[in-house]
Amino acid sequence: MSAAIPKGQTPYYFVPGPSRHPLMAAFALFFVVLGAGQWVNGASWAPYSVAAGLLGWLFVLKQWFSDAIHESESGLYGERIDVSFRWSMAWFIFSEVMFFGAFFGALFWSRLYTIPELGSIDNALLWPDFKAVWPSVVAGATASPAGVVEPFRTMGPWPLPTINTALLLTSGVTLTIAHHALRENHRGKTIAFMWATVLLGLAFVICQGYEYYEAYHHLNLKLTSGIYGSTFFMLTGFHGFHVFVGMLMLLFITLRLHKGHFTPEKHFGFEGAAWYWHFVDVVWLGLYVIVYWT
Amino acid sequence: MSAVMDHGGHAHGHDDHSHDHPHGWRRWMFATNHKDIGTLYLLFSFTMLMIGGALALGIRAELFKPGLQLVNPELFNQLTTMHGIIMVFGAIMPAFVGLANWMIPLQIGASDMAFARMNNFSFWLMIPAAILLVASFFMPGGAPAAGWTLYAPLTLQMGPSMDAGIFAMHILGASSIMGSINIIVTILNMRAPGMTLMKMPMFAWTWLITAYLLIAVMPVLAGAITMTLTDRHFGTSFFNPAGGGDPVMYQHIFWFFGHPEVYIMILPAFGIVSQIVPAFARKRLFGYTSMVYATASIAILSFIVWAHHMFATGMPVTGQLFFMYATMLISVPTGVKVFNWIATMWRGSMTFETPMLWAVGFIFVFTMGGFTGLILSVAPIDIQLQDTYYVVAHFHYVLVAGSLFALYGAVYYWGPKWTGVMIPEWKGKLHFWLSIISFNVTFFPMHFLGLAGMPRRYADYPMQFADFNEIASIGAFVFGITQFLFFFVVMLPAMLGKGEKAPQRPWEGAEGLEWEVPSPAPFHTFENPPKLDATATRIVAE
Amino acid sequence: EQVVRDLPGGPAVLQYDLHPPVTKIASEQQDLHVMMLWICGVIFVGVFGVMFYSIFAHRKSKGAKSASFHESTTVEIVWTIIPFLIVIGMALPATKAVVAMKDTTNADLTIKATGYQWKWGYDYLKGEGEGIQLISTLDASQRALSDAGTPQGDNYLLKVDEPLVVPVQKKVRIITTANDVIHSFMVPAFGIKQDAIPGFVRDTWFRAEKTGDFYGQCAELCGKEHAYMPIHVKVLSEDDYAKWAEGKLKAQAAKADDPSKVWTLEDLVARGQKVYAANCAVCHHENGKGGGAIKPLDAAAVVLDADKAKQVHIVLNGQNNAMPAWRQLSDTEIAAVVTFTKNHWSNKTGQIVQPAEVLAQRGK
Ligand code: HEA
Ligand code: HEA
Ligand code: CUA
Ligand SMILES: [Cu+2]
Repeated sequence: MSAAIPKGQTPYYFVPGPSRHPLMAAFALFFVVLGAGQWVNGASWAPYSVAAGLLGWLFVLKQWFSDAIHESESGLYGERIDVSFRWSMAWFIFSEVMFFGAFFGALFWSRLYTIPELGSIDNALLWPDFKAVWPSVVAGATASPAGVVEPFRTMGPWPLPTINTALLLTSGVTLTIAHHALRENHRGKTIAFMWATVLLGLAFVICQGYEYYEAYHHLNLKLTSGIYGSTFFMLTGFHGFHVFVGMLMLLFITLRLHKGHFTPEKHFGFEGAAWYWHFVDVVWLGLYVIVYWT
Repeated sequence: MSAVMDHGGHAHGHDDHSHDHPHGWRRWMFATNHKDIGTLYLLFSFTMLMIGGALALGIRAELFKPGLQLVNPELFNQLTTMHGIIMVFGAIMPAFVGLANWMIPLQIGASDMAFARMNNFSFWLMIPAAILLVASFFMPGGAPAAGWTLYAPLTLQMGPSMDAGIFAMHILGASSIMGSINIIVTILNMRAPGMTLMKMPMFAWTWLITAYLLIAVMPVLAGAITMTLTDRHFGTSFFNPAGGGDPVMYQHIFWFFGHPEVYIMILPAFGIVSQIVPAFARKRLFGYTSMVYATASIAILSFIVWAHHMFATGMPVTGQLFFMYATMLISVPTGVKVFNWIATMWRGSMTFETPMLWAVGFIFVFTMGGFTGLILSVAPIDIQLQDTYYVVAHFHYVLVAGSLFALYGAVYYWGPKWTGVMIPEWKGKLHFWLSIISFNVTFFPMHFLGLAGMPRRYADYPMQFADFNEIASIGAFVFGITQFLFFFVVMLPAMLGKGEKAPQRPWEGAEGLEWEVPSPAPFHTFENPPKLDATATRIVAE
Repeated sequence: EQVVRDLPGGPAVLQYDLHPPVTKIASEQQDLHVMMLWICGVIFVGVFGVMFYSIFAHRKSKGAKSASFHESTTVEIVWTIIPFLIVIGMALPATKAVVAMKDTTNADLTIKATGYQWKWGYDYLKGEGEGIQLISTLDASQRALSDAGTPQGDNYLLKVDEPLVVPVQKKVRIITTANDVIHSFMVPAFGIKQDAIPGFVRDTWFRAEKTGDFYGQCAELCGKEHAYMPIHVKVLSEDDYAKWAEGKLKAQAAKADDPSKVWTLEDLVARGQKVYAANCAVCHHENGKGGGAIKPLDAAAVVLDADKAKQVHIVLNGQNNAMPAWRQLSDTEIAAVVTFTKNHWSNKTGQIVQPAEVLAQRGK
């Protein structure tokens, strides 16, 4: 494709002309945040505002991305823009790491400081009967000094989280195979392995859905299960959401591959999605060890 | 308004293959040009400064004398909270982003920001957030009233506006992160050949470091307020001891963001001052390299001092000592900066046009704020002063006389480049002198109030505190009116293009690529990288 | 024109410095502050002396030509090292003070200070006067003066109905906690400020070296009445303190409710109304409708439930998320307030909860 563009047409640095997308996207997001803030307070119109905003936003994104893809495929993005994309994706992922950092930090703080402190001799003044044990360490503990948390059982590593680990790790491998295939210009093989990756991601999301079902219905482990439930669901939930988003990215990359996009030399769209996927993978390993095993 | 940039628009002849030069409202709404987006940012932030300032004047009016006269305590807390949030997130931060947009591509010889559309998205995201924040006053229960620090569990008692505020801060955070990525990538990847990192203007350097701080801490703030949201509505127990959570954990997460945040609001100001002082001393910046290292050290240290905001929460001895020592250390690199500025002035050939006045005023008054910070960092003294007006005095010295004064310096320094006209010196000087005097009248007495033990966030106070409060309130109104005048007397005429035409390099000693293009800067600059001389401050050929 | 005078133990008119110290810690803080002012002052004068000299001498209008130096590693190192040493000099005495401040061992008297929206509860836990319980609230007339915008009196906003009373020259350990949101216990003359954090205990200490009245205020934003929860500490001589404590304990015993007493509905509701106004109305409001994260009581399922134990359980133990536990109220008070809510607003259950039922449920 880009071979069709005669050399020399790629600008030194392509700067797009005026675009309506940013304004429209912000406009759509206005309805999302407006609605979200009201929805949690039970306003009946709010879910519609969120839904309309999200749809509008997705619609804008689609147009925005198709502009970008068009620009990319018509050879407007030179070397430099490619480097820009690399830097930006890397730092975006770093910001995501910090976001997860806040929640991991909350988990560490709760386990290493809050719970022991609440069970300390000094605090016996307030919570005389509280035994400071983290729920996954001792069965039946709820880590709730006031006893306001219903008894629950914790989610161990077997079997679902381990299956999920296997799924994600495998997907990392299939993705790498796809990448190598793309570099060697075996498009058929690339596409096949990309589909495998997407499906593995999908399987992960489904498994996690099932895991939550188990938690709620058989373990009585809920978002309301004190600090354990809070950290468990917020960490795994945000991770699951990131898997979902990563899967969508991979899906779109796969569809673009079907359309003949990307070349063995230039395919940062592919690589960016792959970086993201590996990031999600690494976060999962952290969760697997810290949340499920201990 | 579009008249502003239009006159220089095509005057500067360059290849015609470039993009159209949009006109009318589309130019602003659909902007992808870094200069237009910079202008939008600056106007936005000034609007927020007016709103935040109006809230501050509400506070000062109520505190003019003891007893409740104008507002009830609920509304008072809302005023305080929203004043803090709007000033920090709406006025100061976006103003620096606006400057970055305008100046960084010009300073490093780039054609635009790396991601022009995302740049505009960062800007427009702030509008819904601002609407939500301002509208929160009209929601049931009024605006959030838990302080700009939004400490749990008081946030659990807030009405629906709290959630609007949380979502508003989420999108502000997203906007900041995108803006920072844009700045980092622009600086790392789009410098003109020859513009090595160690030849880069200090403003670009300080922004590069600031952008890293932003990327590192904005997501952490998002995490903290997300936990607040789920605690409020979805039954989680992050900050609820009954369920095994900890209110103090909120403070740790918040200040892990919050302390770097205050340096986010000062490092670009350091950058501006480092540009202005050499220009008017007609002498190169002294100790450029150590300025860069000092900035980086401040940024790195800023990650390990957060709990100096929490000395009164009851940390173990070791914690108090660690955070005290780490905090005190920050004065060393900050001192290096101050000394370097003064060494730059030393044996220079100085003139004192308006930008230089603001820069010198900055150094003088900011340092006072720095010293009070140092005094606060001494934990035993902080036990007396924490949550009193001494803290309020400290941070207005660094934020108003620091960040805001530097911003004004930047407006007067680069204003001719933006608007194409010179701002009459008498106007700028009047603005400066009125500001610095009324600023000190407003905030200096607050040190005394704090030492005497007047707590902050108080709608009413014991009678003995009356005199200093009265002085502070009078000062605040003079300061407020001065800023109001700034807009109508100084800025508006300049934006409308009224006044003496600005030459390309209006300041004799100013160095840097921004002075190598005409005033006002043409719509497109450096579409092809310029060829630079060895100092990377002059263009030898396009 | 109102004439205001200094309030001994509280703020003075045009006070521009810390309070006159009444404890050793406070005077150490004072000394540190003076030291810091001197050091910073000297640096300030030095640094800006140089700057203003330069501004004066090296201006273009005086024909100054700019020099060309712009770097000196030696100078940079010097002005990095010297401030570093100065900072160490500041940190040393500060470290000593921190260690002394945090040493709460070997107290003669231990008192728990609990922050409520918006008042302080004091429980004498250990030492002379053990068992005394006080609630200290801003004098009601003061709040009215504030609303009317007509403040008056030297102790405006600092006057309480019942001060915290302690003996002179004794080490008093204050354990802080809170019931709802974070408050902060501050007495400037003693040099103490300690946040009171719900669900956790923290401590601080003082040894007052003088008798007299000393004042402070809540120093952590705790909602709308944050400005209206002062702290008044009365320091008595050892003898006076002993007398006060004895009298207080006697009076308390005489007033105590008997949890086995059986009450009528009207009496309980009347008593409950007071308890509600003093403790619950802050969040649930006079109309019982709550708001935000605060659940309503009017027409609430738990309140209307035939199983009375449910509501008693929540009052005793608290609930996710905003509702704190109220175990510190007496059985009679809890019985009264629960009965009140069950028979007020649109709630007309006719149910009575007797103190004995609360007592029985406490252990569970
Ligand atoms: C622009 C913003 C900004 C900046 C730059 C700073 C700079 C500093 N701040 Fe400040 N601070 C705030 C904004 C800022 N602060 C805000 C907003 C709050 C309150 C938040 C809230 O609670 O709402 C706060 C609160 C705050 C506290 C908590 C107070 C309390 O609540 O109890 C402390 C305590 O340590 C502190 C310390 C410092 C220190 C040591 C510096 C240092 O960086 C200062 C360093 C500078 C100098 C020291 C002067 C120059 C140096 C020399 C000339 C060299 C020679 C000097 C010596 C060696 C002595 N700050
Ligand atoms: C970030 C920057 C910033 C800036 C620039 C300011 C500017 C000012 N602030 Fe500050 N302030 C904070 C940040 C800032 N503030 C923060 C973070 C807090 C803590 C909040 C908290 O406790 O949670 C705080 C708290 C705070 C308090 C303490 C409140 C309390 O504890 O209850 C006070 C009290 O005097 C105050 C006063 C002022 C004043 C008088 C100004 C003046 O400089 C403002 C001058 C006014 C203008 C610039 C506007 C001009 C407008 C007009 C003349 C009116 C016309 C308007 C219209 C027609 C719409 N501020
Ligand atoms: Cu209690 Cu402020
Ligand atoms: Cu800080």
